[in-house]
Amino acid sequence: MKHNLILRVIAKLLIPIIVLYALYVQFHGDFGPGGGFQAGVIFSVAFIFYALVYGIETAERVMPESVLRILASLGVLIYAGTGVATMLLGGNFLDYNVLASNPIAGQHIGILVIELGVGITVSSVMLLIFFIFAGRARQ
Amino acid sequence: MIDNLLNITLLAFLAITAFAIIRIRNLFAVIMLFGIYSLLSAGLFVVLDAADVAFTEAAVGAGISTVLMLATLALTKNHEEKPPAHRPWLPMIVVLVTGAALVYGTVDIPSFSDSEAPAHKHVAPRYIEEGFKETGVPNLVTAVLASYRGFDTLGEVTVIFTAGIGVLLLLGRRRGRKRGDEDNNET
Repeated sequence: MKHNLILRVIAKLLIPIIVLYALYVQFHGDFGPGGGFQAGVIFSVAFIFYALVYGIETAERVMPESVLRILASLGVLIYAGTGVATMLLGGNFLDYNVLASNPIAGQHIGILVIELGVGITVSSVMLLIFFIFAGRARQ
Repeated sequence: MIDNLLNITLLAFLAITAFAIIRIRNLFAVIMLFGIYSLLSAGLFVVLDAADVAFTEAAVGAGISTVLMLATLALTKNHEEKPPAHRPWLPMIVVLVTGAALVYGTVDIPSFSDSEAPAHKHVAPRYIEEGFKETGVPNLVTAVLASYRGFDTLGEVTVIFTAGIGVLLLLGRRRGRKRGDEDNNET
């Protein structure tokens, strides 16, 4: 797909918007529809789009598989770590009330952090699966 | 009124798409139809005011699954083998009986948005009344998903993580290198 000029230009134009939208869905999930799951999928879609247009090798140079593996585990770690942190602060597992001085602020921090964990894991696992499938097709 | 019209249109298109998926033998077209099916379901969820679910369905069902199935199709043939010429009557009867049982089951289901429904009597009133006060999050779905049911969501994330590990172990590219290493050890 090296000579598809229109596709490449449009992809360059669209990918930043897709990533921006994913971040909006991620951090606006408290107020509107969305959250970590949807944002993670949209985020990975931007990279898959990039891989489809520019080739998988180029996409893997941007986001190597080893990094994706670490990120996939990091998301779960952030989520479970929040639970452990609340326990260390004297609350129950995943009881965000103790994260800040007042319960509402604690809930806000807790929800934001775990949604971030969800988003990181979902996006990296989706990309990982895509790269593995597409990589086999290439062999 | 407009909701009913939309529901009937979307459900009719769902049925048409499902029939097309069964009839068509070209797998590429079937994958595209799967995507359309997911998109129609997402539309139905929007009509039901379930924006979060619709969002997920559109992103995962119509987006990612389609791409993953296309990537899988690249590994296999583009065309389904002709089905074996068996009689369709036994599967037909099984499907009809199951369908009739399901339709019979819907008779007991409370009607849509019935405030007396058991699902709305248990913990839902507490979430709706206290949710904003306790979490300060305007989107109730996020409040339930991330805070009240945080433990469930941790399980869901673990499931996705496990799926990724499974695919990595089964199809990961490390295998080639390992075979090379073994060859080196043998020689």
